[in-house]
Amino acid sequence: MSLNQANKFGFVINPSRLIDYDSSDRKVRDYVTLREPSFKLCFACGGCTAACTAGQHTSFNLRRMITYIRRGEIEPLRDEVTRCMLCGKCLLVCPRGVNTRNVVAVTAEAISKLDRNEL
Amino acid sequence: MKGTPKHVIVAGGGVAGMEAAGSLAEMGYRVTLVEKGEDPGGHLLQWHALFPDRRPADEVRSYLRKRIVHHNISIITRTTVEKIKYHPGGTVSVNLSGGTDEKADAVIVATGFQLFDAHRKEEYGYGIYDNVITSADLEGMFNRGRVAKADNSVPARIGLIHCVGSRDEKVNNNHCSKVCCVTAVKQAIEIREMLPSCEIFCFYMDMRMYGPYYEELYRESQEIHNVNFIRGKVSEASVNINNRLVIKVEDTLAGRPLKMELDIMVLMVGMEMEEAGAKLAEASGFKRGINRFLETGDHHYGNNLSGVRGVFYAGTCTAPMNITDTISHARAAVAETVRYLDGR
Repeated sequence: MSLNQANKFGFVINPSRLIDYDSSDRKVRDYVTLREPSFKLCFACGGCTAACTAGQHTSFNLRRMITYIRRGEIEPLRDEVTRCMLCGKCLLVCPRGVNTRNVVAVTAEAISKLDRNEL
Repeated sequence: MKGTPKHVIVAGGGVAGMEAAGSLAEMGYRVTLVEKGEDPGGHLLQWHALFPDRRPADEVRSYLRKRIVHHNISIITRTTVEKIKYHPGGTVSVNLSGGTDEKADAVIVATGFQLFDAHRKEEYGYGIYDNVITSADLEGMFNRGRVAKADNSVPARIGLIHCVGSRDEKVNNNHCSKVCCVTAVKQAIEIREMLPSCEIFCFYMDMRMYGPYYEELYRESQEIHNVNFIRGKVSEASVNINNRLVIKVEDTLAGRPLKMELDIMVLMVGMEMEEAGAKLAEASGFKRGINRFLETGDHHYGNNLSGVRGVFYAGTCTAPMNITDTISHARAAVAETVRYLDGR
């Protein structure tokens, strides 16, 4: 029975919400870690997101974005990286000294390379 | 111990120094306790009650005071130890502020810690906004029996901000001060008991309930006292038109930024190497760790050893620790000192 037919009976198959760590793609993480090693230091305090102007009005959340990168969850990143205005306020807050602005810049670079099969 | 009693100088009259002096004196050693303040007692003098059992700090204060009332102990106050030097033959010379020198057979360094100066986290507004206080200031309010805003009105909501001056590269303190988490929980409960209608929020990055009965106190704060916990580091505080503090934080568990008005913001200030102790270390050639506390001979089995003959470390000059561990560490320093003196 095809998915289309299943739908006619009022059933749908939801896409998995699992973070499938065994099949996720950590190329972006490796790229970011290599080019901005301070990325490794994030301990998810959320100070960056609290300070973030973009995050007050959009779904942008740098702390969550870093977790996505670490887990190899690429899809949500495509939207996230476009929302940061690179103002650098997060840099002033980060208690671990992560170069947060560069994390965003390098992630955007990684995504575009990924899309061109260059990663 | 036979013959003339050996002489030990204890640098610092806080919890560690008092315990070390008392232990040595009862074993028959002659002790000189050097304290920089008016009286021995250290930071404990300004505390109201202690975690995790919330016993009055006065009980531990009087235990320690009795400990140093001994004919073998002489106490020098308003004085710091400026330099310690071992001389071949076994004498340890000590230079005191004011220009006097003392000689001893051994020295225990117990110079302790200092609280992080909250002015340095300017974004939290300590010294700028009236109702931003430190955890030590709050103990002062408990001592006076009243928690109130600067205008003397009753607060309806208080926020306790964890990790102020700890785990923060921006103030050059990457270390965890260990005791602030449980202090916040203790203080939250105390406020709730004094002001039952006052809402309490603890803003934490990780709850580090490392000691016996700490986790139980944390649980009690939720179960009985309705203390609220929000996981996120506060990025900044400001004051709005109603003269209430406004803080910005990410509620990291909800994954969204959060703002909240507060009547009082309490900064849980961490521990740093004490300044006079740091100068002493500099002058005497004691090694310091990356956290700027004194580096001990061995982290696991020699954490009272200084690397200099005849000199031993006790208490929070080596790392942040609670009172229980400080007293144990001071006793261990005494054991090391006695072993050294007996073996000479």
